[in-house]
Amino acid sequence: MAAGIKDKVAILGMGCSKFGERWDAGPEELMVEAYLEAMQDAGIEPTQIDAAWFSTHIDEIGTGKGGTPLSLALRLPNIAVTRVENFCAGGSEALRGAVYAVASGAADIALALGVEKLKDTGYGGLPVGNMGTLIPQWGPSGSAPGNFAQLASAYRAKHGVSKDDLKRAIAHVSVKSHANGVKNPKAHLRNAVTEEQVMGAPMIAEPLGLFDCCGVSDGAAAAIVTTPEIARALGKKDLVTVKAMQLAVSNGLESQHNSWDGSYFHTARIAARKAYKEAGIDNPREQVSMMEVHDCFSITELVTMEDLFISPEGGAVKDVMDGFYDADGKVPCQIDGGLKCFGHPIGASGLRMAYEMYLQLQGRAGERQLANPKIGLTHNLGGAPASNVCSVTIVGAYGG
Amino acid sequence: MTQQMVGLTGFGGYIPRLRLQRKSIIQANAWVAPNFLGKGKGERSMANWDEDSVTMAVEAARDLLGPGDDRSHVDALYFGSTTMPFKDRLNSGIVSAALTLDEHVRAVDVASTQRAGTSALMQALSAIRGGEVRNALVLASDHRKTKAVTAQELDFGDGAAALSVGTENVIAAYLGGASLTVDFVDHFRGETEEFDYTWEERWIRDEGFAKIVPRAVKAALENSGVSAEDIKHFILPCTFGVKFVQQLAKRSGVDPETARDTLAANCGETGAAHSLVMLIHTLQTEARPGDKVLVLQFGGGCDALVFEVTDKLSTQAGKRGITGALQNRAEETNYMKFLTFNGLIEWERGMRAEQDKKTALTTLYRNEDMLMGLVGGRCTETGVIQFPRSRISVNPNKHTVDTQEPYKFAEKKAKILSWSADFLSFSMNPPNHYGMVVFEEGGRIMMDFTDVETGTVDSGMEVKLVFRIKEVDEKRGFRRYFWKAVPIAASEAKSQTGQAAE
Repeated sequence: MAAGIKDKVAILGMGCSKFGERWDAGPEELMVEAYLEAMQDAGIEPTQIDAAWFSTHIDEIGTGKGGTPLSLALRLPNIAVTRVENFCAGGSEALRGAVYAVASGAADIALALGVEKLKDTGYGGLPVGNMGTLIPQWGPSGSAPGNFAQLASAYRAKHGVSKDDLKRAIAHVSVKSHANGVKNPKAHLRNAVTEEQVMGAPMIAEPLGLFDCCGVSDGAAAAIVTTPEIARALGKKDLVTVKAMQLAVSNGLESQHNSWDGSYFHTARIAARKAYKEAGIDNPREQVSMMEVHDCFSITELVTMEDLFISPEGGAVKDVMDGFYDADGKVPCQIDGGLKCFGHPIGASGLRMAYEMYLQLQGRAGERQLANPKIGLTHNLGGAPASNVCSVTIVGAYGG
Repeated sequence: MTQQMVGLTGFGGYIPRLRLQRKSIIQANAWVAPNFLGKGKGERSMANWDEDSVTMAVEAARDLLGPGDDRSHVDALYFGSTTMPFKDRLNSGIVSAALTLDEHVRAVDVASTQRAGTSALMQALSAIRGGEVRNALVLASDHRKTKAVTAQELDFGDGAAALSVGTENVIAAYLGGASLTVDFVDHFRGETEEFDYTWEERWIRDEGFAKIVPRAVKAALENSGVSAEDIKHFILPCTFGVKFVQQLAKRSGVDPETARDTLAANCGETGAAHSLVMLIHTLQTEARPGDKVLVLQFGGGCDALVFEVTDKLSTQAGKRGITGALQNRAEETNYMKFLTFNGLIEWERGMRAEQDKKTALTTLYRNEDMLMGLVGGRCTETGVIQFPRSRISVNPNKHTVDTQEPYKFAEKKAKILSWSADFLSFSMNPPNHYGMVVFEEGGRIMMDFTDVETGTVDSGMEVKLVFRIKEVDEKRGFRRYFWKAVPIAASEAKSQTGQAAE
């Protein structure tokens, strides 16, 4: 196996716009907002950036195709800008590009920025996407919640969990994220909710109600990365470095082969195993301090706790109900509110997750600061349970 | 030399599951049409939003052909309908592709008259007699479009019939027939029109049916050498009531008691399919070996065919046919749903419905057996079955290359692995049900569900596959077809076969 990325790249600066229904801002304004914060944090000049990776998913509305939207918005000095797109995991993909560029030595300093402007569609929920010319001719004309909701039916069938027990457990997942979102001034949704409220909300896709679905938000997030040596030379202390970056992509097994039972993410387990190995983690339940996972829907978060090997197989319902993932639990999850409440501007989400881990590790998370976290994990999914890309990134204190 | 016996060798039927209660129609319209208040008895069949004459014809044909998916013996396909979805695209070609018939099949659309079904049947009989065709499939189907607040919306129903014609294992021998062609315009539908324009009922009854039908009967009896009193089943679609049909039989010298059920009470008149629907119903209920059957269809004149039932009729006992299809019913009391499904009201579908439904015809053709026939692949080396077919096998243990042979999924046993009822995505019949369907022999498909009873679906439930409309491209007048899964409740599973129909 390759030597891996561990401790080869440090985060020099990060920024994140306010997420939400940003009626006031187009994609350019959102990009600038995240970029200026990251630049200020990094303390560098634009001319010091060697290359940029740009993530945005939906080009039909908002941002447009190619690398130009980023270069134009930020007035970058004619450097390379690579647009990446990997469904909802694009933000992590942009970070991976920038990190790999630095690790290879091709760039000293690289920028990763993700943005999504979703609220120009005129309707709620994610925009209706286009899947080429073949898939629409046979695939279900469904939606993201309808695809992810299917995890629940398969999980119940596999583990013998009753409809009511699972509904309450996923409700708790959302209640916890809402409680966390209240403490995050940049979050889209900042209201506390009760399990009863969540369970009584209008149905979106059986068994997911309104509060089981994440916010559909506008926003941008950015990271500037470099080597630990350059970071030190630039006067940075308490470095946060990348410990692992793994991406696993479906090859049709889940959607076409009967060995997958529909209750978990095949890719997540592969990416998690590789990431733990790359980071040198052998007991994630004990060693991971905190996580930002891809809670696009409450049921996704619940099964992900098992896919990341934090909860034992079939044990996520109990851990969730025990408060294991709450802000005061053993492994706080979605301490910034998650996709659920911070919001989910698709192309930005992976970077937003890293932003929170970075702030927490530097002790700069304000009211929601956790006590002395060492290792943070981000899990960023794109696609649907039956066919997806899954990124697992681990960051931590340099030398730690 | 004695002439070889030519006749019907099998049948199949399809009536959509929804049955609109006539009471719901007349009550909704009583304010404007109190004259219909007396017509509120019984129910009519009502196509789901994703059904049309093509999809219903496919279902009737599948009932006829049975679970075996080798259909290479069918060498001709005659499809009769006045509601074909395409004016210029061979509609029987769509049916043929869905049934995975051989490309050498002679496929013919027969249209423009209520006689389209019987005319299709007569063409098939002639072709078999002529010897050029050995096994013909005759399909008749109509998805009847009517304006709201008409007698027709109460009288009509949607449905399809399938008959196979050949010389072996004949269940009803064709003795002879006659066609009368008279340009009697009881109704018409102009080239650009969606609905029929109908003349006065009394004139149609007295000057049309009463005078034209007996002349056709007379000619058919002469041609077949059968005397009127030997007719045991007098089959004539007609919306003027049983008594009138009995009078017509009597006027033709046929015992009025032989007038067969027009299925007005529980189905409605299914247009070009209806004489064949009634014939199949009769074959499943009252017909006995040796019985002579007279099948009539009025429309631009009249077709008349005489058959004699043979002792091979019992070979069809396992078929759903029309009796089984009639038993598989779901009462619908929402007249608004009927109007919506039939495009009779403009309703707000939401912005999600605005997505362009343009179909890439190149892609469709390149993947024809997959999209139309639900044909996937089976690895000849490892036996792994998958959908869609691919050059490199999905088998995680051995990604063999170029080893797949076509594998048909449509008739295979399957059940639900995972599912959801989705209220967010646009659906003509929300919530939108779909999920992962897993096949017993191998393979799986994430697909749309249809004919779902909301609240009854769960993992592990058995499904059957049906050929349905996937999307309607209103901008271009195209419609896209694909296969969907119908969850079968344990109780309903039985009525899929003829056993329960008895």
